[in-house]
Amino acid sequence: MRGLVDLYVQQLKTGVASMLQYRATLFIWLIGNILEPLIYLVVWSTVSGSSGGSIGGYAAKDFAAYYIVLMLVNQATFTWVMYEFDYRIREGTFSAILLHPVHPIHADIAENLSSKVVSLPIMVAAAAGLSVIFHPALKITLWMAAAFVPALVLAFLVRFLVEWTIALAAFWTTRVTAINQIHFMAVLFFSGQIAPLAVLPYPLRVVATILPFRWTIGFPVELLLGRLSPGQVLTGFAAQAAWLIVAMAILKFAWRASVKNYSAVGA
Amino acid sequence: MRFFKLLWVFVRVGVMGEMAYPANFLAHLLDSVLELGTALAGLAIIFAHTATLGGWRSDELVALVGVYFLVGGVIGLVIQPGMEQLTESVRDGTLDFTLTKPEDAQLLVSIWRVEIWKIIDVGLGFVVVAIAMARLGERVGLGQAAAFAAALLAGGVIVYSFWLILATTAFWLVRVENILVIFQSVYEAGRWPVSIYPGWLRFALTFLVPVAFAITVPAQALAGRLTWQVLLGAAAFAVALFTAARVFWRLGVRHYSGASS
Repeated sequence: MRGLVDLYVQQLKTGVASMLQYRATLFIWLIGNILEPLIYLVVWSTVSGSSGGSIGGYAAKDFAAYYIVLMLVNQATFTWVMYEFDYRIREGTFSAILLHPVHPIHADIAENLSSKVVSLPIMVAAAAGLSVIFHPALKITLWMAAAFVPALVLAFLVRFLVEWTIALAAFWTTRVTAINQIHFMAVLFFSGQIAPLAVLPYPLRVVATILPFRWTIGFPVELLLGRLSPGQVLTGFAAQAAWLIVAMAILKFAWRASVKNYSAVGA
Repeated sequence: MRFFKLLWVFVRVGVMGEMAYPANFLAHLLDSVLELGTALAGLAIIFAHTATLGGWRSDELVALVGVYFLVGGVIGLVIQPGMEQLTESVRDGTLDFTLTKPEDAQLLVSIWRVEIWKIIDVGLGFVVVAIAMARLGERVGLGQAAAFAAALLAGGVIVYSFWLILATTAFWLVRVENILVIFQSVYEAGRWPVSIYPGWLRFALTFLVPVAFAITVPAQALAGRLTWQVLLGAAAFAVALFTAARVFWRLGVRHYSGASS
């Protein structure tokens, strides 16, 4: 365990140092992460304004609060492993990674976290700027904030494990773009990105509750905004825990099978 | 026209390069259909709650999505791959070979790479536009079609000039692959009419990253809500930006010191 902590500390240090070298690049990649929730914020505010001021319990100011918090939660939990894996396998750089004595997921988590550390000031500034423009209705109580922290950590872990597992598909096929596209679509519709869950049609809401995506983005957002009853919060934590266990089990199994299947030129 | 002859040559090269991988057609078709499905399903969710979005009816927004695919397809077909190759050639010095050719170098770098599968997006875009127009039940008059074509052309020229200006910065900054990413992330904002955005964002989407001219304005022409002033403005902006891009390109080439010099 101590070895693992040392590993993370070291990886984080080098990760932050290298991210700082490429800060302009990082900033450019953040534009998309800021713009996408901003687009849906504007769209839904416009819709709620034109249809009597409120949809599914969200007025324009509530949509503003929802999407500003969602922007931060999405930034905290998002990964790019699916694209990275595609490149790694195609270019054969995975061979070297496989020789590391620890599971490669740890290095990936540390790298992901270090990029979040470096981009945090920019995202906070963006959230502050959007708050000035859109006047979000945001009242955060202490217990919501306290419950939000573990929800966010679990959301990060679940999303990372799920996407890392799906990324393993790159071991089996060279056509992962279709898989990435389907995954992207599922996240968009079922995580609360395209609309808060309460605004979605009923069938989509049911599917979203079953799939893991809502628990990785929408749940922490709604929790912080105080839109969930204590019972719903507990259900949410249970769903996150369940998905964490399921994802870990599948990951373990899929990882072993994938590595066995791997062959690289020169390996 | 020499331009079309050259373009045809590069298109053929692009086709021949991909002929060896016929299965790619299905893969790319699947990608495009999924993306289109996502966009249309998103519209369905929104229009379950409202009849109009910023004054646009649902079928008008479907037409806008069609234009989004159409223009995005053209960008992906020839503009983006060409510009990416340009920044790469500047970095590794192979642009030398292009500059020594008798043909105009700007013309060559603009069409020298054709990503042929993107033609699927162009086709899908046209189909979506046609279906939307049919559903709107409006007879598209000759004037309206001409306005659409003109707006599309102006938008295309504006987007091309914008890409060329971004890519030309490579002569000074060398590593600019990531600057090109700016357009891709901002382009998505064009899936909605820019009129719904707050003023500062509308300004940015019109003049800083001109997706408004590329998508909203042609879609307005289809919906029959384009004033001739806007169309004229788009044409003037296209001419101005194209000229600026040309001047900037010349400046860049003069600044270029190749691998061998």
